[in-house]
Amino acid sequence: MGELPPSDRKRSPGLPQLTPLSEGAPAPLLTIEGLRTTFGSVAAVDGVSLSIKRSETLGIVGESGCGKSMLSLSIMRLVPDAGRIAAGSVTFDGQDLLALPPRAMRALRGRQIAMIFQEPMTSLNPAYTVGDQITEAMRAHDRTTPYAELRRRTVAALDRVRIARAAERVDDYPHQMSGGMRQRVMIAMALVHNPALLIADEPTTALDVTVQAQVLDLLRDLQAQTGMAILLITHDLGVVAEMADRVAVMYAGRVVEQAPARDLFSDPLHPYTLGLMGSIPRMNAAPGTRLLAIEGAVPAPGTIPAGCRFRPRCVFAAPACAITDPALIPFTTGHAAACIRAPVEAYA
Amino acid sequence: MTPLLEVRGLVHRYGRAPVAAVDGIDFTVAPGETLALVGESGCGKSTTARLALRLLEPTAGQVLFDGQDITRLGGAALRRVRRRMQMVFQDPFASLNPRMTVNAIIEEPLVVHGIGDGPARRARVAALLDLVGLSAAQGGRYPHAFSGGQRQRIGIARALAVEPALVVCDEPVSALDVSIQAQVVNLLQDLQGRLGLSYLFIAHDLAVVRHVADRVAVMYRGRIVEQGGKDAVYATPAHPYTRALLAAIPRPDPDHRTAPPPATDAAETGTGCRYHPRCPYAIDRCRLEDPVLRPIAPIAFAAHTAACHRVEDLPPRPAVAVEILPALAAQRLALYASRASAR
Repeated sequence: MGELPPSDRKRSPGLPQLTPLSEGAPAPLLTIEGLRTTFGSVAAVDGVSLSIKRSETLGIVGESGCGKSMLSLSIMRLVPDAGRIAAGSVTFDGQDLLALPPRAMRALRGRQIAMIFQEPMTSLNPAYTVGDQITEAMRAHDRTTPYAELRRRTVAALDRVRIARAAERVDDYPHQMSGGMRQRVMIAMALVHNPALLIADEPTTALDVTVQAQVLDLLRDLQAQTGMAILLITHDLGVVAEMADRVAVMYAGRVVEQAPARDLFSDPLHPYTLGLMGSIPRMNAAPGTRLLAIEGAVPAPGTIPAGCRFRPRCVFAAPACAITDPALIPFTTGHAAACIRAPVEAYA
Repeated sequence: MTPLLEVRGLVHRYGRAPVAAVDGIDFTVAPGETLALVGESGCGKSTTARLALRLLEPTAGQVLFDGQDITRLGGAALRRVRRRMQMVFQDPFASLNPRMTVNAIIEEPLVVHGIGDGPARRARVAALLDLVGLSAAQGGRYPHAFSGGQRQRIGIARALAVEPALVVCDEPVSALDVSIQAQVVNLLQDLQGRLGLSYLFIAHDLAVVRHVADRVAVMYRGRIVEQGGKDAVYATPAHPYTRALLAAIPRPDPDHRTAPPPATDAAETGTGCRYHPRCPYAIDRCRLEDPVLRPIAPIAFAAHTAACHRVEDLPPRPAVAVEILPALAAQRLALYASRASAR
């Protein structure tokens, strides 16, 4: 059975983990400014600005339909045909990705920016062994290395994602592996070219809770080894708390709150963030407590209300919220929220 | 009190599968009670749910509903029992017929069981829509016009149409967004209070289960490995598997990092305790001898049982750090709660 080396934890509680962005700090690895991705007249991503530094994990939290997956596809320039990037810029390592010729963009995808998805079964080809698929990913950006060497590296890549007896499992087909192993194969494949940025779109949502803990620990460990930045997309505040240095909360195509992870959980400003926090069943809640559900549902695309988009569901909404579309404004260093009633106790 | 549902020695084997999906389990559900069956994918919890309703034929064992063995019933007698047990499904998109209006979907069980005439049934459908927080005016629309959370409400209304005593909920909230999950969990709890329903609640999310269950049965590879009152199981989990599950839940606290349990690539050996290949406490006995569920000390928790040879030898479970909400977050959540209840 697989005996795993004890992983070195990337961060331990109590240690300082965030260096404030000061004068002379290195430029962010990825900067997104005013990004707008539209499908006809509907904006799935509606003016999003974000940045990620090297070695940093940025968590994007939101519910289905908030635009978080379309945001990541926009970064990769993989927006489905019906949609287009209508405005904004995406700067990666000094290059404007939206202006890059298709060939240069292809050379960058998979090599400098890699992606993993929720469903490891549908992302792997059932007709090829996992080893062949990893070797193929290597070959895509490397025409010269001999096959035997790529094969050796493939086994090493599986070993790196803690697959026991990698030399044997390399010839397995995806169906012979468990869900957690398949997701680790996807991670191995994504990391073959040592990307500077890994976009992980709900990487553990389909996995059992014990397997999820293993995959998250693996990602933290690999990040500590390689210094890659991770853009982690999830609906689960628990997963974000586990992984992220900074968090952006998205609602209906917008970032409504952005903060260092610790600040988001200790000083949540936006009512939507509060609603999400109240919706999680807490392990030590008093018996019989009701969950603080957010009433209503995310507005369907094309039915975004005027004023603040969250207003129809917001328990703190005031008449002014129907008029003003709130901008994301800073409250403390690195912590911004788009709400004219924040902090809510000031209006109680 | 006689249990509403009692399952004895239940076994189910799919086709000629070498391993039984459900392999000899016993449990009861009392009137008005919620029993949660928890475990990871493939542990047999959904098969158990279907066996309890006799949507699947058991390979062996009995299912007693109100004292009557429903595995031996047929025809009209089975239909009469089925009227008292209903199911809410996981996927609100797949479990509603897209070609039927919501009114027709909710009315269908009434038609099947020959309850009421047209006007009476229509009145009942309107009342059910109101009960689950939808308006009667929405009943003429088709499922595609509803969000996931609303569809799950429709599924609940359909289950309640025939006034069942037992509702089997198979992962009723796991396909929903967090904020919507909370709405549906609250609704299920309200309905239980108002209608005195019993729930057999199948779930993999231990935080949701802690919120809704009275008692918990933890399943692993077709067996119940631990069973007991919710507080006993969560505060003093006895089985190493239960401990691993509880430890793996990510917490909404950036200062807490979950230590993952060891990887699970180990092969099944087919002998001894099913959990021993993953178990950090396994000894030779665990590799050879299959443990049975037995009461664990202290005897005060007489109803708390676990299937582990080493229950008495295990180290005390490390105390779970109490999740304390930071002051500002707690203050704002309290404000949120008071505003929400005032709405």
